[in-house]
Amino acid sequence: MERVIFGDNQFFGVNHMSEEKARAQAMRFQDTSEIIRVLDSAYDAGIRAFMCTTHDRIEAICDHVRANPERYADFVFYPCMPYAHKYANAVTEHGLLNALGKMLPDSGALGAVLKGGMSMAKRDMQGIGELLIDAEMKMFHGTRTPVIFLQNVVTDLLLGMGLHEAFRIFADHIRRKYDAEPGFITMNTPMLLKALARVGIENPIICSNINKIGFRMSGGKDVYEQAIRSRSFRPIAMSVLASGAIPAREAIDYVADLGGVEAIVFGASSKANIVQTKALVDELFLPATA
Amino acid sequence: MKRVALIGLGKMGLSHLALFNAHPDVEVVAVCDPAKFLLAPLAQYTGLATYSDHTELFEKETLDAVVIATPSRYHADLVRQAFERNIHVFCEKPFSLAAEEGQELVALGQSRGLVGQVGYHYRYVGAFQAAKRLLESGVIGRAHNIRSEAYGPVVLRPKGGTWRSSKNEGGGCLYDYASHALDLMNYLVGQPVGVKGTVLNKVFSRDVDDEVYSTLTYANGMVGHVLANWSDESQRKMSMKISIWGEGGKIVADRQEVQVFIRDADVAREHGLKPGWNVLYTTELTEEVWFYLRGEEYSAQVDAFIAAVGGDPARNLSPMSSAVQTDALIEKLIRDAEGLSQATIPARPAKEQRGLIGALFGTRS
Repeated sequence: MERVIFGDNQFFGVNHMSEEKARAQAMRFQDTSEIIRVLDSAYDAGIRAFMCTTHDRIEAICDHVRANPERYADFVFYPCMPYAHKYANAVTEHGLLNALGKMLPDSGALGAVLKGGMSMAKRDMQGIGELLIDAEMKMFHGTRTPVIFLQNVVTDLLLGMGLHEAFRIFADHIRRKYDAEPGFITMNTPMLLKALARVGIENPIICSNINKIGFRMSGGKDVYEQAIRSRSFRPIAMSVLASGAIPAREAIDYVADLGGVEAIVFGASSKANIVQTKALVDELFLPATA
Repeated sequence: MKRVALIGLGKMGLSHLALFNAHPDVEVVAVCDPAKFLLAPLAQYTGLATYSDHTELFEKETLDAVVIATPSRYHADLVRQAFERNIHVFCEKPFSLAAEEGQELVALGQSRGLVGQVGYHYRYVGAFQAAKRLLESGVIGRAHNIRSEAYGPVVLRPKGGTWRSSKNEGGGCLYDYASHALDLMNYLVGQPVGVKGTVLNKVFSRDVDDEVYSTLTYANGMVGHVLANWSDESQRKMSMKISIWGEGGKIVADRQEVQVFIRDADVAREHGLKPGWNVLYTTELTEEVWFYLRGEEYSAQVDAFIAAVGGDPARNLSPMSSAVQTDALIEKLIRDAEGLSQATIPARPAKEQRGLIGALFGTRS
């Protein structure tokens, strides 16, 4: 797994601090070439992995990477699925079952359920899960996707509901069909670790908020720290700067000091910011955790 | 441990299932929904008891509390049945579709000493709580205008077939979006005395309103505006914003931050703030939760409900008694809108292709 990963929140109007800033970013990045320009800055700064939600607009980025194999010889995508708002808005508009139908190609399993009243048997749930994964992965065909993540709203919904078997279905399908490592994004690492252990997923890749002020580290910062030191999983730290609440050097120092963090994911909109953050990661994080 | 059941497994129901199930003081014992395709995998993988009929649920399970997240038109009946069986209730918003009936239910719950809480989760957003503290601290002086805005991408084309698009089932932007905006106004500044100039307008829907605009007047002379539009694709998800103008400054709050402008330097310093603009971010305003799903506020309201059931009613920031005031306010808007002649809302003009510049500067003949 790459040690430094570039994130995509800034491209799609996600900003945990300011809706105004999020909107300004959404305006700037509605032009895909603007996204590519920033991605190029990251790539040229030595960041090889792009972690992105399966937002419709990522397809254009995939097209660009496929069209320029030499330019992006070492470029890898880490897809995060699904883009949850797509589903949430569809469920509000069409209802749960019809929304599911719209996300899937024609399939016998769902067709039977759609006909009404039928229960979803075990094999159906696995089948539908696999079809949903394949639908999300379609845009990445012909690119390299060595790690594939379940996005946090879905991970945490399944986690809370106790549908932990779904993690197993996801992990197995990602390994078998895509020859990739399954990863899980969560806001609840301590609880997820227990659930994954229960369904036999060992040493999982887990991407979650890890930051000095404990922002959105549900379950408690000290529990996270303990789990990271125990090295029973492969942590990726996101929201390291807590959306700018922590100065960069201090923020990265904290993550480096934890010892067991395998990678840092960060997003930035300007070349200067990318270069500066990457330099700090090279200086503080990589040597400390090599 | 509180024994809890959920009725209704739509978007909010599933989210509540996760939150309640993850709560350390809760044992979710059963779920109830007519959609059997959902119940089977839940039963199989989680061991929850499942029911497709709520009467059977109430008869067979011993419950401390029930979560009602059905389409809105079923709320009142289910709340009554739960209260009559001495079960505490968390009900999704809007509470009831008839304020009079809602008032009866409030009385029923109170007479039995039961907790009734309604899912107006914005009351649990750190930024809106901070806005309320700031307003009540007097830092912006007497407030004379409040604006509450809710925009989002729900109905974006002329179709849709869920209860949310059905007028008699509590569908429409008024019940779905504007209810939150109105409830936040009630939370921040109390109830208005008058409702004027309400427009419930269709953009794409056939049966229900897609946008809501209204002017509210308050006993102290303050004016309020509510603006809600669920056909706004420029929003990634629902966005909720409050602006309050006072004689001594201004407060602007959304889910992420609070911006406060303070005119007087001495007043600002008294409150530990700067004259001019101050910005408080979500990282400072939000308390960590035991389990996170989509926003701390959803967890916080569940935690508050369980605390209230456990004997700490002050934690319930959205009691049914306040939700019924929001219901009553919604009814006032409907009555006010019906009073407006339909002719005052011009028919949509024929589609013109004038481009942005034309749209901005062009004149229509």
